[in-house]
Amino acid sequence: MDLQVRSETLYFAWRNTKLRVGLSVVLFFVALTFIGPLLTDYAPYDYVGPAAQPPSPEYWFGTTIFGQDVFTQFVMGLKATFQVGIIGGGLGTLLGILIGFTAGYRGGLVDEILNIFTNIVLVIPTLAILLIIAAYLEVRGILTESVFIGCTAWPWAARAIRAQTFSLRTREFVDLARLSGMNVWRIIMTEIAPNMMSYLLLVFILQFGGAVLIAATLDFIGLGPTNAVSLGLMMNNAVLWGALLLGMWWWFIPPGLAIMAIVGALYVTNVGLDEVFSPKLREM
Amino acid sequence: MRRYFGRKLLIYVLTFFLAVTIDWLIPRFMPGDPVQTMLSRAALHAEAREVMYGYYVRAFGLDVPLWQQYLNFWNALFHGDLGTSVYLFPQPVVKVIMRAVPYDILLLLPAILLSWFAGNHFGAIAARTRWLDNTLLPVGYILTATPYMWLGILLAWVFGIVLGIFPIAGAYSFELRPHLSGAFLASLLKHWFLPFASIFLVKFGGWAIGMRNMIIYELESDYAHYLEALGTPRKLIRKYAFRNAILPQITGLALDLGVIVAGALVTEVVFSYPGIGYLILQAIQNQDYFLIQGCFLFIIIGVLLANFAIDIAYVIVDPRTRLGMTGEGA
Repeated sequence: MDLQVRSETLYFAWRNTKLRVGLSVVLFFVALTFIGPLLTDYAPYDYVGPAAQPPSPEYWFGTTIFGQDVFTQFVMGLKATFQVGIIGGGLGTLLGILIGFTAGYRGGLVDEILNIFTNIVLVIPTLAILLIIAAYLEVRGILTESVFIGCTAWPWAARAIRAQTFSLRTREFVDLARLSGMNVWRIIMTEIAPNMMSYLLLVFILQFGGAVLIAATLDFIGLGPTNAVSLGLMMNNAVLWGALLLGMWWWFIPPGLAIMAIVGALYVTNVGLDEVFSPKLREM
Repeated sequence: MRRYFGRKLLIYVLTFFLAVTIDWLIPRFMPGDPVQTMLSRAALHAEAREVMYGYYVRAFGLDVPLWQQYLNFWNALFHGDLGTSVYLFPQPVVKVIMRAVPYDILLLLPAILLSWFAGNHFGAIAARTRWLDNTLLPVGYILTATPYMWLGILLAWVFGIVLGIFPIAGAYSFELRPHLSGAFLASLLKHWFLPFASIFLVKFGGWAIGMRNMIIYELESDYAHYLEALGTPRKLIRKYAFRNAILPQITGLALDLGVIVAGALVTEVVFSYPGIGYLILQAIQNQDYFLIQGCFLFIIIGVLLANFAIDIAYVIVDPRTRLGMTGEGA
């Protein structure tokens, strides 16, 4: 990408409202993740004060039924959410790229076998497998959770990337590279991947959002990390200890709202980026 | 068409085989010993315990070599035998699951189909109505980004606790026994509404956005421009666009089933709705591996059957698959 094209992209990126709004929301939560822990003196599971207090200047998001500070749990949970998104989504994207590139570029029998494999993983409800793995491991961290989520989330990405690679493979510049005797991985890395960079970024964003939602689901049924706090776990505890019946809305609203805002903002950012990258979709 | 179905069938058979094998591994490689767990609940003498242990190991068929257990598992499977529940001993797993299945069908079938139809139609209308597009698009993205359980919790809190309109737990009132009467059906419907609404809303957002984007994409394509140049009425062009745009949405429905199953699971947990999702949670909490195994198998079979139904629908809707050209590319 030369300088002029790049500045043009940036220009359209800045002009795109969806991108601006989406990115602002995401950055707000990223900032909160870093700044939040500095604003609180407690650890997430410390018993800091009176139980079941509504939000007050002392306890910004109120306290749980045990007298734990909800705000502290919330900012720590945000960190877990971003970790799962980056590691799980990143791994899912990476596996998708690896399998998609190989299947799409090689074609033939390799493609056929990978395609069947992808379809099988696609059909098996991944949550069932995640449930089993999660129940199997007695001690679970956020890292393990993310890795397992990444390992089951790649199929659709692989399918989409395969289709893209397939159409790029027959282009002249790829033929030229092949004729000049370049090896397969160099062709993929230097000729095909750069042409798909924007697409791969979009895939990563969607994988990130998906990983966060799956993690929330696992955490909610009590199969999340056993040694950390997460937003899904907060909701799990809130429901388990009757926050609904007691009307303790400050306990269960913030974690879900944050997940919704982060994932929703990412999706909107995705649409914005899509418009920036493909001129056809730009609103003039 | 034969090639299309041949391929699909191969994938289904392989998937089923793999899934059942994973399923078989569950109780055998899980931490802890399910039989021990069960026995530890009954306070027994050490001797009695040993005798009981031997009895149950035989009863669950765990005393033969692993390969034999594997073959026995397949054999039992084809006879509709999924073993005995540990947590609800001595009820057979199949019976326990069969009690839960009707609630799942009641909840999922309408939620999936209605959200799909409504989402597609709203999405198609939004793609050509500016004000609707500007309102639907943000709402759609927010809905599809909402964790199922949180929407469930929110609905339960607002409509169940604050407003007190709907009940928030169970499938029918605890005073009633399942029978055919107006009072029971009314109670059933009242308990069904909130879990249904939370699944419906999340899915609706996703379908509406997908359809809206597809329609915009189709209206930009060559055939649409060509028809426009010929002076074809806009209504007809949109009809063609809709027909093309619906195909990826059908594939999307098949791909999304696993996610919906997960969503239904947590929704059932929030509302204590006695479907398979709620059952799985209880099975996990009680370390009832045979029940987990059975539930997983039922989910697999359900998802495979639904996928197959969608494949058939695809052939009907997309003539290219019928003519032997693989329209879907899978």
